[in-house]
Amino acid sequence: MSASRTPTPGQTVGPFFGYALPFDGDHELVPTSHPGALRLHGTVYDGDGAPVPDALVEVWQRDPAGELVRQQGSLRRDAYTFTGWGRCATDPTGHFAFTTLRPGASGQAAPFFALTVFARGLLDRLFTRAYLPGDDAVSNQALANDPLLVSLPAERRGTLVAVADEHGLVFDVHLQGDAETVFLAFPGGPGR
Amino acid sequence: MGTTTANPAEPTTSSDAAGATQEQISTEIGELAATYAASGVEDPYTRLAYAPYRSSVLRHPTKDLHHADPETLELSAPVFGERDVAPVEADLTIQHRGEPIGERIVVAGRVLDGEGRPVRHQLVEVWQANAAGRYLHQRDQHPAPIDPHFTGVGRALTDDEGRYRFLTIKPGPYPWKNHQNAWRPAHIHFSVFGTELTQRLVTQMYFPGDPLFPLDPIFSSVVDPRARDLMVADYDHALTQPEFATGYRWDIVLTGSLRTPFEEEQ
Repeated sequence: MSASRTPTPGQTVGPFFGYALPFDGDHELVPTSHPGALRLHGTVYDGDGAPVPDALVEVWQRDPAGELVRQQGSLRRDAYTFTGWGRCATDPTGHFAFTTLRPGASGQAAPFFALTVFARGLLDRLFTRAYLPGDDAVSNQALANDPLLVSLPAERRGTLVAVADEHGLVFDVHLQGDAETVFLAFPGGPGR
Repeated sequence: MGTTTANPAEPTTSSDAAGATQEQISTEIGELAATYAASGVEDPYTRLAYAPYRSSVLRHPTKDLHHADPETLELSAPVFGERDVAPVEADLTIQHRGEPIGERIVVAGRVLDGEGRPVRHQLVEVWQANAAGRYLHQRDQHPAPIDPHFTGVGRALTDDEGRYRFLTIKPGPYPWKNHQNAWRPAHIHFSVFGTELTQRLVTQMYFPGDPLFPLDPIFSSVVDPRARDLMVADYDHALTQPEFATGYRWDIVLTGSLRTPFEEEQ
């Protein structure tokens, strides 16, 4: 478990990733025409509440059956293979949007999207989770029992739960400030 | 530790960096280094709150990162393969009709996890400035020449031993607007995946002996000198090819695997 080697430190993604990391179809895990297509979108904000137009958000998720995905092909999507992974650079208004499928639950656990956030001015990546909002007794109970959400002060839990809108789910990322998103430290990594 | 530690230099600075001189920035860097050296607490990670890098002031979390046990999803990682990356994408010198200008270099090494095990068949992405220090990005307004034969973007999959290898052009240093007369040491951006999402890494590879190191707040945001050295490649004459290219070796070490043996079998 414990790392015997010092890990290579992270560095900011910088201002010039925009011609390198994005790729065709990066944010479309499924085509918008897919019958199960769900929009997961939001805005990245800085500590002044200003949108961050040079951030990059990556999503990693289970498939609708709640299974982990082990499919290559994210970088050259064929419109049929669901890889569970996507990437989206924010636009000039700080907005990102994925077209994806609703992740299924694994057992009793509350389903979530694992998001990784990068930006100019952000010296190392940040991990967070966007939980699906509860829409029935079972999913509300799963959220109420979730070990991470339970471990948070009540006023911060909401930063990790997406909000339904007419096309799907909204999840804003606040890098700083009163509504600061909860970012995660895992064992052996930064912040630990 | 440390990534969100209160930053003594922060209250006196703002993200508007127009006025700061290199001397002021260097003083701040020096103070933070001295505070770290005096602390006696080892912190090998990058500081998120590092005010000498002015753009970080409004873009770092002010609350401590929340310690979490990773869920099985976070103990897995996206899979990439031959469908995603063609072998030629690791050669940044053949993407156009002509030869790019500059010093041809081989950059090679291994991606390892925290236990030293190779990370096999996983994606490595790179991007960089050209030999004159210019990115092929519309926002880069540095008045240095664009090289029509160099894009500066590459991808590779690691092999069975976790090895990667790129052929490229040595990037130049370039000016930026963090403070007056600010220059970044030459570097290649790396984006790396592990076998677990928790190991996700975006970093920069630097070249040995760069005189700009102590002046650069991004490099210096890793306050531990030994950890900082892990971002610097070694010149390796064994990688150098006669009459063709010089060689740099750089191994990338990800954080340790968090999977239990049971989860490993799944």
